[in-house]
Amino acid sequence: MSQTNKAIQQKSTNSNAKGVKVLLISLGVIFIFIMLVIPMIAVITYAFQDGLKAYQEAIFDPYTIKALQLTLLATVTAVAINTVFGLFAAWTITKFKFRGKQLLTTLIDIPFAISPVIAGLVLVLTFGKIGWAYDFLNAYDIKIVFAVPGIILATVFVTFPFISRELIPVLSAQGTDEEEAAALMGAGGFNIFRKVTLPHIKWALLYGIVLCTARAMGEFGAVSVISGHLRGKTNTLPLHVEILYNDFQLTSAFAVASILVILAVIILILRNLIEYKAKKAGEK
Amino acid sequence: MNKKRHRKRVIPGFGLSMGVTLAMLSLIVLIPIASIFVSASGLSFNEFIKVVTARDVMSGYQVSLSCALTAALINCVFGVILAWILVRYEFPGKGVLDGLIELPFALPTAVAGIALTSLYSDKGWIGHAFAQIGISIAYTKIGITIAMVFIGIPFVVRAIQPVLEKLDKQYEEASHMLGASGKRTFFRVIFPEIFPAMLTGFGLALARGIGEYGSVVFIAGNIPYETQIAPLLIMSKLEQFKYQDATAVALVLLVISFVLLLLINAVQVHMSKITSTSH
Repeated sequence: MSQTNKAIQQKSTNSNAKGVKVLLISLGVIFIFIMLVIPMIAVITYAFQDGLKAYQEAIFDPYTIKALQLTLLATVTAVAINTVFGLFAAWTITKFKFRGKQLLTTLIDIPFAISPVIAGLVLVLTFGKIGWAYDFLNAYDIKIVFAVPGIILATVFVTFPFISRELIPVLSAQGTDEEEAAALMGAGGFNIFRKVTLPHIKWALLYGIVLCTARAMGEFGAVSVISGHLRGKTNTLPLHVEILYNDFQLTSAFAVASILVILAVIILILRNLIEYKAKKAGEK
Repeated sequence: MNKKRHRKRVIPGFGLSMGVTLAMLSLIVLIPIASIFVSASGLSFNEFIKVVTARDVMSGYQVSLSCALTAALINCVFGVILAWILVRYEFPGKGVLDGLIELPFALPTAVAGIALTSLYSDKGWIGHAFAQIGISIAYTKIGITIAMVFIGIPFVVRAIQPVLEKLDKQYEEASHMLGASGKRTFFRVIFPEIFPAMLTGFGLALARGIGEYGSVVFIAGNIPYETQIAPLLIMSKLEQFKYQDATAVALVLLVISFVLLLLINAVQVHMSKITSTSH
């Protein structure tokens, strides 16, 4: 009697658990579908709403191509500078003991914590007409605010911690034994880095580069503050989308946006591929 | 003395790598950040208070904070559900779902902004349905909140997921064997374990929401005193060349985010003390 009762109870909790499972999976899938998938579908649909020809015209518009070039330039520069910084910073923080390490780590994370608009603001306050660096730059005829260097600087600023953040956990988990052994055997700093450290952080570095690229090509707030919106000069792809949208050229805006959607999807696929490889290599 | 210290470091290159790190950090981040304090010092205390307590600025802070808070709470609920189903269940398409979580990081915020605005405007695919029952989403606080939910969801999911993966199933099984219901097991055994991680995700999503500009500014519609977010106010003050006013607004926003993060950190430390003593 009690056995059958127990069996019935077991069965009911099992079906109950299954019900919960189905409910939770449906909730999760619906949420992601509505919040993330539909907006992507919407961009592509709106981009083609006036036909293929209108789409092509928007994509091959000289301003769009100029904006694409500037976005690529800013992204490549930001990734290059932040890779150099990320490697040096992660190496310093994880391979040496020194005072104020915690403070240094916190300071590096600042750009991650502040609003992109504020990031743009501090650059304007430093290099703009009222900035204290203005006279000095002006003397050498260097223009930063409302010019291409400003766009690049803003992009570097907002993506600054991206690569070091990915490297630090991997390097600190790995410890310093191998590097110390190499050093005691007489290897130089650069050789130790290239032959001992780099193979361990290969995937983490690539992962950081992918994340940095994603953020750099899409940066809007900081770049918007510093660009001055000069068409064909200081317009990045996201800023170009905004201008077209505010001009009520909706089809063109979505057509240009669709380039960025495609780039985002490529980045997502790369990200997942690298994460999978890193897990396999045991880095994570 | 000095020589001794140097000898302790076996690995070469400390001076060079520390030098490069500090130089780049100072040039790109620290020196520009310092400008905000230099610029703010140009305002007297009374002027500063007058700027940041102006009606539009106060309403901007209120909109940004309340919408970011609501969005972060919504993200906690769905973040726990998503992390749970990704870690504990097997179902078709799980890999794709997992891969999609980072979309808000990869998709440029301006693209997300115009896509959400078109979807939720009264004529859009989703907004149209709500408009018929008299609810407008775009150009209201609901729209701002939706954009902030979009931008914040990966923070919460990715904070909880690793903790849930490492969680020992023994406790759950013990709780289950002792006769606790699934609900009770979740709220009394699992939830306390993932709570600190959820709080981290909550804090990051909240901070991002408060500072977010690109994805929010389109759907907000920027109606004065109603849907103007704080970062937009900084932007419009800059466009009017009121640099010091912009600085004042930004400084308060920075302090708010900083205090919120400190608070969350304190709760986290407190929570981890409780869970570590209860074990």
